Amino acid sequence: MRTATQLSGIFVSQVLGKSLPDIVTAVTDEWIEVAPDRVIEALRWLLDSDEFDAAQLSNLTAVDRHTHIEVIYHLQSLDLNHQLVVKTRTHGMDPAVVQSAYPVYKGALLQEREVYDLMGVRFEGHPDLRRLFLWDGFPGHPLRKDFLAMPGRITPGLEGFPFEDKDKPIRPINQENVEAGVAYVVTGETDENRAETDLSEGRG
Amino acid sequence: MTTSTEPYVLNIGPQHPSTHGVFRLRVVMDGEKIKDLDMIVGYLHRSMEKLAEERTFTQNIPFTDRADYLAAMTGNLGLAIAVERLAGVEVPERAEYLRVIFSELQRIASHAMANGTLISDAGAWQTPLLYMFREREKILDLFEMTCGARLTTNYMRIGGVAFDPPVEFWPALQELVDELPDRIDEYHELLVSNEVFLARTRGVGVISPEDAVNASLTGPVLRGSGIPWDLRKADPYSVYDRMDFDVVVGKSGDVYDRFMVRMSELYQSVKIIKQAISQIPSGAHKTDIPLALRPDEGEIYSRIESPRGEIGFFLVSDGGPFPYRFHLRAPSLINLSLLNELGRDAALSDAIVTLGSLDIVVGEIDR
Repeated sequence: MRTATQLSGIFVSQVLGKSLPDIVTAVTDEWIEVAPDRVIEALRWLLDSDEFDAAQLSNLTAVDRHTHIEVIYHLQSLDLNHQLVVKTRTHGMDPAVVQSAYPVYKGALLQEREVYDLMGVRFEGHPDLRRLFLWDGFPGHPLRKDFLAMPGRITPGLEGFPFEDKDKPIRPINQENVEAGVAYVVTGETDENRAETDLSEGRG
Repeated sequence: MTTSTEPYVLNIGPQHPSTHGVFRLRVVMDGEKIKDLDMIVGYLHRSMEKLAEERTFTQNIPFTDRADYLAAMTGNLGLAIAVERLAGVEVPERAEYLRVIFSELQRIASHAMANGTLISDAGAWQTPLLYMFREREKILDLFEMTCGARLTTNYMRIGGVAFDPPVEFWPALQELVDELPDRIDEYHELLVSNEVFLARTRGVGVISPEDAVNASLTGPVLRGSGIPWDLRKADPYSVYDRMDFDVVVGKSGDVYDRFMVRMSELYQSVKIIKQAISQIPSGAHKTDIPLALRPDEGEIYSRIESPRGEIGFFLVSDGGPFPYRFHLRAPSLINLSLLNELGRDAALSDAIVTLGSLDIVVGEIDR
């Protein structure tokens, strides 16, 4: 759905096609699509053109489409007050590679790190592509649809964390305590002196 | 004799008053100067976007409270407007005015908080902050009166607002908007003529207009650099096109200008609320929508002006009751895009003030 200030994709592709033929691979009324290895070329042209003046990368995000990942650029002209939407799709899921928009827009720095972290899109040419929110050893990319396979969108409740190894639990359990069946241990406490401590009262 | 120094690593946060939440900075220092700086976020990551894919559009509204918890009203409104545009829901006139009133009250509360903590960062510990909290407190009382919550309001609904304010709300609101301009004048007098404050903020953390646009900065940070860009004017939503107000811009793009933009926007917000009070019609405050709203297949990127900048919602619907993809464009995160460049070669004390002037909310950065 197009918002009030959004340019028609068909119009954008017509103008863009005059200067850069064959760059647009798909087009609808809402957006244009370009190849993942020609993103910079398209964005730079849109930024430099007087007709579009796409000065700001307003939003950068990605959608998992099962067979590929779609990366979406919402561009904004502050002088002409219009928006335009550029999309690209990765070749396959693993690896999912797209050119980084950072050489054109500095605003892509953190947004691409976020997409890499949560969606697993590798942005080539990004100066500092690291995970943003999750820690470095985190397995997988949580916003992908297959991260937790939930059939029919019903959540049965998880048996454990998806990355948990049952043989090696994440939290080391003090085996001595487990065997003794003691829930709480007070330092210096033994079976003999336990009655002397007030803590033994009301012990669950 | 010259003194030689060696670089060392300094860790600021995640628990530190000047980081405004659980935000961590890893800084390489050489003496007082910052040589390199790295931000580490994610301590508050709650996987909001993934959780949203298993909840209906209405059930997702409370998440937006917890994203930007200092401006819950505008977060709620952003999502409500996005879903309304996606599903084609009409909103009654009275609800639109109530939305404007509550958004602007929230903006005053949020800007007061932002400026108060900025002054704290600059060294005026607590006293000005508590002055700012005086006004914020009254606004939060009004929120509590209307929807029962002060911080996580969950007030905006798809197709309107949750409740019509009670009768005692209107005199209290009138009293507040009558006294606010005097109070803001008082702050001006107290702070803007303070020489220490000027020395700490003028010419510090300068962002050029070209950089500000290219790095996707929005809100008071962009306007502080002299770009007159406000979505309330540029892409009017709700009934902002009927309101008469000015877009405040700075000149030099330093910390002082960002502070002054927020300060001056308080007057504009009061002006908007006064107009809304005089224009608000009677009638319904909400349209009835189905419990599980099923928008047609499609996608939308819809944005509004939150106190921190452009808060956008990118929603993809596959025709079902849940969003296929739910993305929140967080202005707090994206306004940090230039942090590295701003911090490098600055004194540590200046970098802290600069970070304060960007007005981040970590709940929104991490989501």
